[in-house]
Amino acid sequence: MSEIAFTPEQASTIAGRMDFLFYGWLGLSIFFFVAVVVAIIYFSFKYRKGSKADRRITGETEFMTLSITGTTLELTWTIVPLIMAILVFFWSAWLYVDFTQMPSGAMEVLVTGKQWMWKIQHPNGKREINELHVPTGVPIKLTMTSEDTIHSFFIPAFRVKKDVLPNRFSQLWFNATKEGEYHLFCTEYCGTDHSRMIGKVTVMSPERYQAWLAGADTGVAMASSGEKLFTKLGCVTCHTGTTPRGPKLAGVFGKEVKLADGSTLVADEEYIRESIMNSSAKMVQGYPPLMPLFKNQIKEQDLMTLVNYIKSLKDEKNGTKS
Amino acid sequence: MSSITLTPDIAPAVMPKSHYANVRTTVMSWLFTVDHKRIAILYLISITVFFAVGGLFASLIRIELLTPKGDFMTGDTYNKVFTLHGVIMIFFFLIPSVPATLGNFALPIMIGAKDLAFPKINLLSWWLYMLGGVLAVVVLLRGGLETGWTFYPPYSTTFATSQVTIAILAAFLAGFSSIFTGLNFIVTVHKMRAPGMTWFRMPLFVWAHYATSIIQILGTPVVAITLVLVAIERVWGVGIFNPQIGGDPILFQHLFWFYSHPAVYVMILPGMGVVSEVIPCFSRKRIFGYEFIAFSSMAIAIIGFLVWGHHLYVSTQSTYAGMVFSLLTFLVAVPSAIKVFNWTATMYKGEITFEAPMIYALGFIGLFLVGGLTGLVLASMANDIHFHDTYFVVAHFHYVMVGGMVMAYMCGLHFWWPKMTGRMYPGLLATIAAILVFVGFNFTFFPQFILGFLGMPRRYHSYVEEFQILNIMSTMGASVLGLGYGMQPFYLLWSLFKGEPAGDNPWRAKGLEWQVPSPPPTFNFPDGRPVVIEDPYAYTIDVKEADSVAQH
Ligand code: HEC
Ligand SMILES: [Cu+2]
Ligand SMILES: [Cu+2]
Repeated sequence: MSEIAFTPEQASTIAGRMDFLFYGWLGLSIFFFVAVVVAIIYFSFKYRKGSKADRRITGETEFMTLSITGTTLELTWTIVPLIMAILVFFWSAWLYVDFTQMPSGAMEVLVTGKQWMWKIQHPNGKREINELHVPTGVPIKLTMTSEDTIHSFFIPAFRVKKDVLPNRFSQLWFNATKEGEYHLFCTEYCGTDHSRMIGKVTVMSPERYQAWLAGADTGVAMASSGEKLFTKLGCVTCHTGTTPRGPKLAGVFGKEVKLADGSTLVADEEYIRESIMNSSAKMVQGYPPLMPLFKNQIKEQDLMTLVNYIKSLKDEKNGTKS
Repeated sequence: MSSITLTPDIAPAVMPKSHYANVRTTVMSWLFTVDHKRIAILYLISITVFFAVGGLFASLIRIELLTPKGDFMTGDTYNKVFTLHGVIMIFFFLIPSVPATLGNFALPIMIGAKDLAFPKINLLSWWLYMLGGVLAVVVLLRGGLETGWTFYPPYSTTFATSQVTIAILAAFLAGFSSIFTGLNFIVTVHKMRAPGMTWFRMPLFVWAHYATSIIQILGTPVVAITLVLVAIERVWGVGIFNPQIGGDPILFQHLFWFYSHPAVYVMILPGMGVVSEVIPCFSRKRIFGYEFIAFSSMAIAIIGFLVWGHHLYVSTQSTYAGMVFSLLTFLVAVPSAIKVFNWTATMYKGEITFEAPMIYALGFIGLFLVGGLTGLVLASMANDIHFHDTYFVVAHFHYVMVGGMVMAYMCGLHFWWPKMTGRMYPGLLATIAAILVFVGFNFTFFPQFILGFLGMPRRYHSYVEEFQILNIMSTMGASVLGLGYGMQPFYLLWSLFKGEPAGDNPWRAKGLEWQVPSPPPTFNFPDGRPVVIEDPYAYTIDVKEADSVAQH
C-alpha cells in the first residue's frame, strides 16, 4: 500500500487551472465555514445558561433584534454571498468554455466503450484495449462512442471526463504534460464490471510515442481500412464516379450543407454519422431519397472508421481538408 | 451538557388518562385510523424499519470497500446492494422522514387545526407508501435491483436483468403517497389555520413544509411518469430512451433530474424547518430574521426547479444550457446561506442549553454548511468535469442528506418525542448518541471528499490500491455512526414504558403544539379552537413566563 496522497497528480495543461479554481473556492468555503462555526462556538460558550454574559439588548448591540437594522444585516449577508456566487460562476463558466473548446490540429484517437472495456484506435490504425498511449505536448482529441449502454471516460490526472453514449459521438480533448502512467476510469455506472472498466494511460515523449506507434501490431491505417469499407458496403456505387447518384463526399467535412428543408448546417462527425445510419433524417437538397438506411448494419467501430475516411477525403478542386 | 430537567415551576407531570394513542387499541384501529397523529406513528414505525434495512445495505457497502479487490461479494451483488441502499433510503426513508412523521404529527397542531384537511387521503398516503414498501421487499426477495437509484436508460431498459419494473411500480406508489402528503399540507395551511394564526405567525416549520409540499405536488408526477416510460420501454420495447430503437437517453436524464434535484429540497427543507424551531427554543430567543427564513424556503422551492441540468455538464448537454443551470445553482445557494446566518444570529444573547435536540441542531448547521459549500464545487461547470460521478459527489450529498436531513430528523424526533409519547427519554444517553452520530458521520464521509478529488468513481465494487487507507477510515467511521444510530431505538423504546412523564411543555417552548397535553387528545384541542395572539417565538430570557397563547 502506498502512502496516502491528498491531491491528484496534475498531468495535463488544464489541471493546474482547474485546481486553482477549486482551491480558490475551498479557501472561500473555509472562510465562511470557520466564521459560522466560530460564531456558534463563541455564542454557545458565552451565552450558555448560567453564564454571566450581558444579555440586555441595548445601544450598540441592538442590531441583533431591531428589525430596521436587522434588515441591513440581512441584506449584507444576502448580497455578499450573492456577489461571490456570481463571480465564482463566471470564473468557472469561463474555464469550462476554455477547457472544452476543441483545439485545432489535434491528433485524433477513436474510443469505443463497451461492457466492460475500452477499445482505442490510433490515427495509423493501431489498436489497443484498456490502454491508451499518448505523446506529451500534443493536443489529443478523442472521438468516443459506445456499443451498448452509457459509459463515461475519465482520466483524473488530466481532469477530463465525458459521457460516452450509444449511437452518438462525444468528444473530449487533453494535452498531456507529464510522462508517466495514469488511471483511466469508467464513471457512468454500466453494470456488473463497471468498476473493472478501467485502464492505463501511458504518456510518453513524442519520439517514444512515434516508436511505439510504429511498433509491431499496427493495424491497417484507419483511412485505408475506411476505404475498404467504403467499397465493401457499396457506398462507391453512388458517391463516386462521373455521374454519381449521391453528393460528392470529398471535402464535405467541415463545409456547409444545404438541406432539403432549406436549412443549412456544418457537416461535423455527428452529421456524417447520422447521414450514414439514418440518411432520411437530414436530406441533402437536390438529391432523391435513394440512400439505404445503414442503421444496425454497420458496427460502431466500422462506422467510426468510415466517418474518419470521409473526413480524410480531400476536395480535388482546391485540395483542402478542413 | 446537561441532562433533561423538568420545568421547575410545574408539579411532577402525570400522563393524561386518555389521549390519541390509547383511545382505541385494536390493530384495526391503528391501521385504518384517520387521526393525523396516529398516521404519523404508523409512518414513524415504517420508515424506521426501512432506515434499518437501508442502513444494513450501507454497512455491506462499507465492508466490501475495506479492501480494494472486491472480494466480499460479487460485482453483481454489490451493484444490487448500493442500488437498494439508495432506493430504500431515498424513496422510503428520506422523502417521507420529516414530513410524513413529524410534519404529520405536529403541523396541524402547530396551526391550531384538529387534523389535516383530508384525513382519509392522509391514510391513503400511508397505505400507498406501504404498498410501495411491500413491492420494494418483493424486489428484494426476487433477486434485487441493479440499476442504481437513478434508473438511467438504456441500462435500465435494455441491459438490466433484475426486477426493474416492479421497482418502478414501488417508487411510483411511494411517489403518489408523497404527492398526497404535500396536497394535504397545502390545503391545511391555506384553510385550517386557527383564528389569529396569520401567515407570518406560522412556525417556520410550517413554512418549510409548505414549500416542500409545492415541490412534492409539482415535481413528483414528472418522475412518476418518467419511470413509467422506462417501464414501457423495458416491457414493450417502445423506443423512448434507448437510441438503438429511436429514443434519447439524455431526455431521461433531464426528466429524471427535473424532479430529483428539487427532491433533494424535499429532503432538506423540512429539516431546516425543524432546526428553525429548535434553535430559538434552546436559546430562549426569538428567531432572528423570521421573514427571511420563511421566504428563503419559498425561494429554494422555486429556484430549485430550475437547476436540474447541473447533473448533465459532462453528458453532452450544450455549454450554454449548462451555464444557465450553473448560474441558477449558484443562486439557489444564497437562501440556504441566509438561513444559516439567521440561525447563528438567533443564539446571540440567548440563554443556551444543550439538550439532545440542540446538539443535533448545531451538528446540522455544521454538516449542512459543508454539504452546501461542496455542492457549489459541483455547481461550478469547470470543477464538475473532474468531480462528476466521483466519491466527492457521494460525500457531498451524504453531508446534505445524512448530515443535514437525518440529523434534523433526529433533532425533531428528540424534540417532539415527549409530545408524541408523553414521556421523556434519558437525556444523557440521547446526548451521547447525538455526539457519536456527529463524530462517526464526519469520519465516514469526510475521507470520501478526498477520495473523490483523487478520482475514485462512485458505484465501484473494486478500486485501485491507493484508495484503500481512506476507505478504511470511512468504514471505521461508519461503525461509530452505526453505534450512534443503534443506541436510539433502545433508549427511546425504554422511555415509552419507563420514561418520566414529560408534561405538556418540557422544553418551555412557545409553539401551539406545546400548549396541549402530551400526548395530545384525539382532536388536539379539547377546549375548542385556540385563538392565537402571538407568534410562536415569543421567548424571553426570564425563567417564569406565562403562556403566550390564550386558548378557549
Ligand atoms: C443508392 C445510392 C447510395 C448509396 C449506396 C449510398 N449513398 Fe450516401 N447518399 C445518397 C444520396 C442520394 C444522398 C443525398 C440525399 C440524402 O441526404 O440522403 C446521400 C448522402 C450521403 C451523405 C451526406 C452527404 C452530404 O453532402 O451532406 C453521406 C455522408 C453519405 N451519403 C455517406 C454514404 C456512405 C458512407 C455510404 C456507404 C455506407 C453511402 N452513403 C451509400 C445515395 C447513396
Ligand atoms: Cu461503467
Ligand atoms: Cu441537483
